[in-house]
Amino acid sequence: MSDALKKTPLYDLHVELGAKMVPFAGYSMPVQYPAGIMTEHKHTRAAAAIFDVSHMGIVRLMGENAIPALESLLPADLENLADNSIRYSFFTNESGGILDDLMITKIPGGLSLVINAACKDADVAHIKAKIGDQVEVEVEYDNALIALQGPKAAEVLARFAPACLDMKFMTFQQLEIDGVSCQVSRSGYTGEDGYEIAIPAAKAEQLVRRLLEESEVEVTGLGARDSLRMEAGLCLYGNDIDTTTTPIEAGLLWAIQKRRRNEGGFPGADVILKQIADGAPRRLVGILPEGRAPLRPGVEIANEQGEVVGSVTSGGFGPSVGGPIAIAYVATASKEPGTVLNALVRGKELPCKVVKMPFEQKSYYRG
Amino acid sequence: MSELKFSEEHEWILVEGDIGTVGITEFAQEQLGDVVFVEVPEEGKELEKGGEAAVVESVKAASEVYAICDGEVTEGNEALADEPSLVNSDPMGKGWFYKAKISDPSQLDDLMDAAAYKAFVEGL
Repeated sequence: MSDALKKTPLYDLHVELGAKMVPFAGYSMPVQYPAGIMTEHKHTRAAAAIFDVSHMGIVRLMGENAIPALESLLPADLENLADNSIRYSFFTNESGGILDDLMITKIPGGLSLVINAACKDADVAHIKAKIGDQVEVEVEYDNALIALQGPKAAEVLARFAPACLDMKFMTFQQLEIDGVSCQVSRSGYTGEDGYEIAIPAAKAEQLVRRLLEESEVEVTGLGARDSLRMEAGLCLYGNDIDTTTTPIEAGLLWAIQKRRRNEGGFPGADVILKQIADGAPRRLVGILPEGRAPLRPGVEIANEQGEVVGSVTSGGFGPSVGGPIAIAYVATASKEPGTVLNALVRGKELPCKVVKMPFEQKSYYRG
Repeated sequence: MSELKFSEEHEWILVEGDIGTVGITEFAQEQLGDVVFVEVPEEGKELEKGGEAAVVESVKAASEVYAICDGEVTEGNEALADEPSLVNSDPMGKGWFYKAKISDPSQLDDLMDAAAYKAFVEGL
């Protein structure tokens, strides 16, 4: 039922630019443009790329109780988050699973969250049910959200808003870009430097057209967004993390700051803190196949003795790596980098090994 | 005497005597996008019309290529192992998938000629 799909404010521009539109999380989204995923991916690593991520949700939690209230739903330390700084976190459930992952920004008077498209209605319901009496919940679905990513992103954006150069990675600023007031985060999902820009829907197309006039900038679809994040070793909600995986299994301990490890006080803390102390039964690892065949989600992974020890959650081709890459859960005994395993594909055993992620080194601006 | 025919699954077969060379069409490669891996059948493999003959993978997804007719594989295109992008750059030529000895030529009767296939694609 393509009629029922929602459109982002940039839909007409995508069609005009020749995008192949596909259904994604209830939206009609561009998976690629005529250049193709391979070219779009490599261009992002070489120069600058624009992504439409308007399908994601922005929710603000306002009021003096915003920090303790949100801390009761997730394991990030928000008390020690500086003004205009951003932190990655995830809503957990009582069994230690992950309901969604999100970005949290400390803004004047509260917190601003960016949540996944497929989860946003459930997230808002969850927030309202659990802490709706402690904070004012402002749902902002009418902004467009644009990501400008790549090593040239800062240089390009500085032509419109020079102050963007001073922003460190994972910080936020209100900036005027080409005369429009925008909420700008220096962050992204590609492993590259870059910005995520929230802009009023009515102004979005004009800004994207303006940015595309810059010689370094090309438009890029969700296909390349996925291959870029995989190379960067970043989890995709619904693939690598979900309600059945804990943050410890997913290798996300780094996002549970020390105070929260000591104090707990978030859903599933008993399960998660026990896994921190005793270890998790399985771990999310990078898998590098020896051959050329991509390993797709669901492919089983066996150890050298032939026992199935896990399965692939994200996998495909890494254009910058120049070969197939995959992310998989494996039993803890098989998690060490260098471990030789076999992927079971179409009745064959394809040799592969566990590697450290990211597959491609990240290059963020730390100031 | 050779004959080129097309299926609704966007495969082509070039028939020369009792040997058919099979590949995917320009339309199919465009739909797939950048091809990064192709698994072609090995020599001697018995193919059954409609059964799995090959796998072609783009950056995004894996797709199966079904046998266009019954036959025994005489050669898989080994060049695709090192250069799968031949499927994109030359789908009707160097990007062929396999050759097979056709066991039942009557199975080819329902296939389209180039003009009919062109009309079929335009109607999609």
